[in-house]
Amino acid sequence: MHDAWIMIKRSMLIVLRSPEAMAMAIITPFFLMVLFGTVFGNIADIGPYNYIDFIVPGIVLQSVAQGTQYTAVNVYNDMSKGIIDRFRSMPISKASVLTGHAAASIVRNTITTAVIIGTAFIVGFRPQGGFTDWLIAAGILTLFNIAISWMAILFGLLSKTPDGAIGFMFPFFILPFISSGFAPIETMPRWLRWFAEYQPMSPVIDATRNAMMDFPRDNSLWWALVWCIGITVFAFTCAVQVFKRRTV
Amino acid sequence: MTNNIITVSHLKKSFKDNQVLKDVSFSIKKGSIFALLGSNGAGKTTTVRILSTLSKPNGGKASVCGYDVVRQGEKVRKCISLTGQFAAVDEVLTGRENLSLIGQLIRLPNVKEKVDYWLTQFRLEDAANRQVSTYSGGMRRRLDIAMSLMGNPQVLFLDEPTTGLDPQNRLATWEMVKGLANEGTTVFLTTQYLEEAENLADNIAILHEGRIIAEGTPSNLKEKMPQRGAQISFSSEKEAAKAMKLLIDNGIAVNGIEPNLPTLEDVFLTLVGEKKEGENHA
Repeated sequence: MHDAWIMIKRSMLIVLRSPEAMAMAIITPFFLMVLFGTVFGNIADIGPYNYIDFIVPGIVLQSVAQGTQYTAVNVYNDMSKGIIDRFRSMPISKASVLTGHAAASIVRNTITTAVIIGTAFIVGFRPQGGFTDWLIAAGILTLFNIAISWMAILFGLLSKTPDGAIGFMFPFFILPFISSGFAPIETMPRWLRWFAEYQPMSPVIDATRNAMMDFPRDNSLWWALVWCIGITVFAFTCAVQVFKRRTV
Repeated sequence: MTNNIITVSHLKKSFKDNQVLKDVSFSIKKGSIFALLGSNGAGKTTTVRILSTLSKPNGGKASVCGYDVVRQGEKVRKCISLTGQFAAVDEVLTGRENLSLIGQLIRLPNVKEKVDYWLTQFRLEDAANRQVSTYSGGMRRRLDIAMSLMGNPQVLFLDEPTTGLDPQNRLATWEMVKGLANEGTTVFLTTQYLEEAENLADNIAILHEGRIIAEGTPSNLKEKMPQRGAQISFSSEKEAAKAMKLLIDNGIAVNGIEPNLPTLEDVFLTLVGEKKEGENHA
């Protein structure tokens, strides 16, 4: 635990020294939100509530995906430079360097998520959920955050170039578009509908939205939990295995 | 045997079909400077990686500080420090933060004092609070070595410590290595520069194509050369010409005579049996 804590401090410093990562994770989604919420908001007919209220969960996921690219790059950088050999030749816990990056990623994403939700209020976001609803929303977003952070670590370990690390993470930015994030799934062409319905972003978005807007809870909450925990277990296990294999 | 801090016997390592280390054996006395000399691709880095527990051998045995590098890796890591070929520093952190990070990881009781001490030792006080990305190559290397010394290791591995350094920084590194050895640290360095090995090392092993082809002190190695000539020197060329004439005529006026010892370079090239490709290896 001691080693992991020092590594978390290290990774946090790295995050703080590249403020562009935070900025990118906030600026792009923010403009998307303004653009969609104001320009398209008037023509989007999604029922009795505002379009901005509809898209906030999707925007948050995009923001998290964008910021997490940098986690993959940071892991790639560690693995490709001499620093990893230094850590591995020291009497410290080997995986602590990964734990450090994961924790820093989760903290950074939590901050950018808070900023995105905060700025959403400026452009007209009016959530209806009560305290419990917000706890649920925060819980789901945090689980998603953990899952995507470990995916980024796995991809960072697998990448051969820094661009590769970013490329691996790019689909996570696109996936919310092909989900229930920006348009109700029922409005999509049939072939896309199937994909949109069963990919992990949709239940995460639906469950978050239901909580934020005080809609009735449905199955999406359980599917969101299953996906997030499943992805975390998968990514964590693979990451540790890949990391160990690269020791020989 | 007991004062050997590193013992390597019949070490083998291959990557897929490529046999990098075929049969490597040597031993290193405590507190000495040992140079593993070889050209690119000879297996120097592979040897260092095995001894610093980063890589596992396919055969043979190696022990460092009395511990087996495969079975007692954790204990080996406690007594060594590695400065690899590529600077192992965090670019976006400052020099001070880099040192402090290492100090905290190895749980030094007085991290702050140690950080200040090593910053001073390596003339990095002025740059201490700047990000490493602004450092020159020499400063980076100094910080890198300082990070390795934070834990006061018994054995310091330096993999090509002066590759890419300018002559001034190279000399400074040599002085530092000699200083460390004087204080009792065993230094294991790899180099492709014969001059470096000759200047620094108490013992040299020449690694070529995965085998140790010669081992000994610098002067030892030189004596191994079969063809030893002799050389007479004069104070001037004119004198030499005259002397030669006189020598032929009368046999006098030789200013000095000394054996023509080969340079380590000659030894290396003779043993390796290959033509030198030029000085500027990567």
